[in-house]
Amino acid sequence: MSEGEMARLMEEVEEKKKLIATIRNKPWRMKRRLVLLREAQQFVDKFEGALGKGKGRKWYAYKVMMTKKWIKFQRDFENFRTACIPWERKIKEVESHFGSSVASYFIFLRWMYGMNLVLFGLTFGLVVMPEVLMGLPYGSIPRKTVPRAEQDTAQDYSVLMDFNGYCKYSVLFYGYYNNQRTIGLLKFRLPLAYLMVGLGTFGYSLMLVIRTMAKNADVGGGDGDEGEFTFAWKMFTSWDYLIGNAETADNKYASITTSFKESIVDEQENQKDENIHLRRFLRVLANFLITCSLGGSGYLIYFVVKRSQEFANRDDLSWYEKNELELIMSLLGLVCPPLFETIAELEDYHPRIALKWQLGRIFALFLGNLYTFLFALFDEVNTKLEEEGSIKNASIWAMKEYYANFSLPVNDSDATPPPMDPGDVILGPCWETAVGIEFVKLTVSDIQVTYLTILIGDFARAVIVRFLNYCWCWDLEAGFPSYGEFDISGNVLGLVFNQGMIWMGAFYAPGLVGINVLRLLSSMYYQCWAVMATNVPHERVFKASKSNNFYMGLLLLVLFLSLLPVVYTIMSLPPSFDCGPFSGKEKMFDVIMETIDLDLPAFMGTLFSYAANPGLIIPAVLLMVLAIYYLNSTSEAYQNANMELKKKMQMARDEEKNRRNNTDSTNQVMKDLEDLLPNRSLAPPALPEPAEKPKEPEGKPTKTRGGAAGKGVDLQKDVSLASSNPNAREPVTRAPGARGRGQPPGGRGRGGPPPR
Amino acid sequence: MGNKQTIFTDEQLDAYQVNSFCRLHGRYHELAPHLVPMDYTNEPDCKIPLALIVNMPELKENPFRDRIVESFSEDGMGNLSFNEFVDMFSVLSEMAPRELKAIYAFKIYDFNVDNYLCKEDLEKTLNKLTKEELTPEEVELVCEKTIEEADLDGDSKLSYADFENMITRAPDFLRYLVFVETDASKPCLCMHLSIFIILQYFTLLCTKNKIICSTLLLTNAFLICKIF
Repeated sequence: MSEGEMARLMEEVEEKKKLIATIRNKPWRMKRRLVLLREAQQFVDKFEGALGKGKGRKWYAYKVMMTKKWIKFQRDFENFRTACIPWERKIKEVESHFGSSVASYFIFLRWMYGMNLVLFGLTFGLVVMPEVLMGLPYGSIPRKTVPRAEQDTAQDYSVLMDFNGYCKYSVLFYGYYNNQRTIGLLKFRLPLAYLMVGLGTFGYSLMLVIRTMAKNADVGGGDGDEGEFTFAWKMFTSWDYLIGNAETADNKYASITTSFKESIVDEQENQKDENIHLRRFLRVLANFLITCSLGGSGYLIYFVVKRSQEFANRDDLSWYEKNELELIMSLLGLVCPPLFETIAELEDYHPRIALKWQLGRIFALFLGNLYTFLFALFDEVNTKLEEEGSIKNASIWAMKEYYANFSLPVNDSDATPPPMDPGDVILGPCWETAVGIEFVKLTVSDIQVTYLTILIGDFARAVIVRFLNYCWCWDLEAGFPSYGEFDISGNVLGLVFNQGMIWMGAFYAPGLVGINVLRLLSSMYYQCWAVMATNVPHERVFKASKSNNFYMGLLLLVLFLSLLPVVYTIMSLPPSFDCGPFSGKEKMFDVIMETIDLDLPAFMGTLFSYAANPGLIIPAVLLMVLAIYYLNSTSEAYQNANMELKKKMQMARDEEKNRRNNTDSTNQVMKDLEDLLPNRSLAPPALPEPAEKPKEPEGKPTKTRGGAAGKGVDLQKDVSLASSNPNAREPVTRAPGARGRGQPPGGRGRGGPPPR
Repeated sequence: MGNKQTIFTDEQLDAYQVNSFCRLHGRYHELAPHLVPMDYTNEPDCKIPLALIVNMPELKENPFRDRIVESFSEDGMGNLSFNEFVDMFSVLSEMAPRELKAIYAFKIYDFNVDNYLCKEDLEKTLNKLTKEELTPEEVELVCEKTIEEADLDGDSKLSYADFENMITRAPDFLRYLVFVETDASKPCLCMHLSIFIILQYFTLLCTKNKIICSTLLLTNAFLICKIF
């Protein structure tokens, strides 16, 4: 065989091989594929021998098998990973029936549970366990023993429910911990660990919240702005072909329907166009009304707190006056949110935006709650601090008396008296434990109120509506009261404020985090059940905003608010003299100074003292402020660039659509261009020479009609693509010479009506 | 799997290039044992009707099962020969390329088989997807929006070019139009779990601690509940 033939043969063999490799990708019927495949394989077999061995087939089969195994492994691993996320199926079920906004609450709850679990691990592992394992047991020192006076009632249920008695003198609270610098064989520094864990709780929470916010900001490209093909993708790619289970299929149908409804709501909001001025006026009015009511409730709270301070000094109080504060707070909490919702209907926002406004307003209202609580707490702390002074003297006096009395019965002044029985020592008021008890009581009562509200407000209501409907005059299910809808804003705020309480109280009651973990766990199951069993979906199901950043923002605010009191007490209030890990010190953070002095090498001490110098700290703060400003401006620049790119993409898409779509406008432009051309008929008669020229271009069109030569013909082609162009048919059937109007300016003279 | 030699010749096996080929034949045979012969060496010409095929577990819950089978059958009525059966599984497997899936997806959603997705096709698709839970106005709105989004040449229906342009940009498409022939995920997970348990046994032997033992038992119970 000659060289050329060899080359040609090799080419053909390559082609056939490529065909064999890609035959699976062709959308042909199986029979045709088989026939062609057989042909190609025979050809390759026949001629490959002549050209040289090829080992394609076995290697190909092996590669295919390995690829398939790899894909399968990846799929299994993904499934395994998804199966490990707790409650994923539950949340998906809720999402499919109630929409993504309700599901976003449960996702938030799950995230909180994760964070609390880590905090619990920290507290439990570094503070509670060492004290239990390596510290002194119950009953050995005064702070760990129930005082003799209370010992009779210490086991009573009512006392335990109030977190007194045995509860008060247990690991749950601050007062139990001993102030020994190191405990056990490992020389574990408990006071230092206590302080570090307390501060580390805040640090970790802060870091986690900000990291989640940053991650969400990355993912979310704006509310509801998915760009192109929202509905098309929903229609063609939403069904999961792997579903083989009837129940899963039902869930999938529900979730697809809900998802369509959400998009329809979004679309209807977009299509709404009403009187802008009226809407603006109504919105201003609504905001004004709500600000008034918020101001009114704030003043009412302040007034009631002042009155309660006066009442604290009097003794003859009626029931109402005793409980006035709690009553007013609960009343405000019950009345204001529905009031805000009713006023908000004036504003006529997209449901997602309306939810955010509602959340913000109720948050402002609940800040008033927080204010009263903290105020009362600080009052109590101050009274206890005053008490402490007097009790300190009293206990030292009692100790001296005990030793004096002891030496009388035993006439042996050499014997050392046994230490006083721990139950008899007069204990100081221990304000930290009192604060911790307040927080724990608040959390527990919050849990009880939430669960009871769900039980009565949702479950009992659903049962009544369902069963009383048979014998009632009007339709209970359609009219009042009907089934409840899931209150997203109330629940989210409850969660956020609860977490604020935990952050504030965790320093004074290490057991509080454990209680919260249990509460979140049970809350998840309970609320999932309650939602599925007793609630109905919202009338207008709306898509949650892609980022959860609004909830995170609220959480961050609450984190800062709860950080302030704790840091204040650590820095300025003196710790109790006889309870807790910092007893005996001037200020709580003296532990750190002690550690630096005693445990760390000398140069670290000098290093820290330099670092604490105001002369160093102020420039550092300035530097950070500048860095923030710089990062802010860069991020703004990126956002602007982003917007420009999006606009460009949108323009490109529109252009493409218009090019293929809008035939009339292009045709109209062409017509307008034509009209603007100078009218040659009005020009002076052409000289013979120029008359020659028109003849030449006349020849061209006959040649170039079939193909695309110059710009002129292209333009013709473009126009002829447009199906509704009435002139388009003509260039194809008649000679270009007959078409006067469609000629480009250059060829205007050819064939047209140049007057001879 | 049976004795390969008696069902297919080596040549036929090579030609099909499908990995779980014998399993497929087993399933084809199971659907209609009296119709399908065991011996395929002579390439017999038998077809299984639509009603039998849509009872397969992969297709049973699918709202588009009728259309899927119809688009792979040569006569358009849903009667599949073995070649077409293999074709269906091959296209709907993980190995098939995106373009191929897009072509067949277009055929599946084209209810009136006119090579265009017109409004009636879209309405039927939507009603099948939502089990007719949406009101007629909502259906109208969705179909209009879909055509508005995807139609490039302005003829109020989607040609294949429009469809392909839209579907190739979809993030989820490739993951979804997929079957898995047998449910092999459970055995795989069981294998992983058994390895995990063996490792735990060895750690237990080393530490002999009650607390660790009970925590490991709890985690095992939790994982088993999760999987099953």
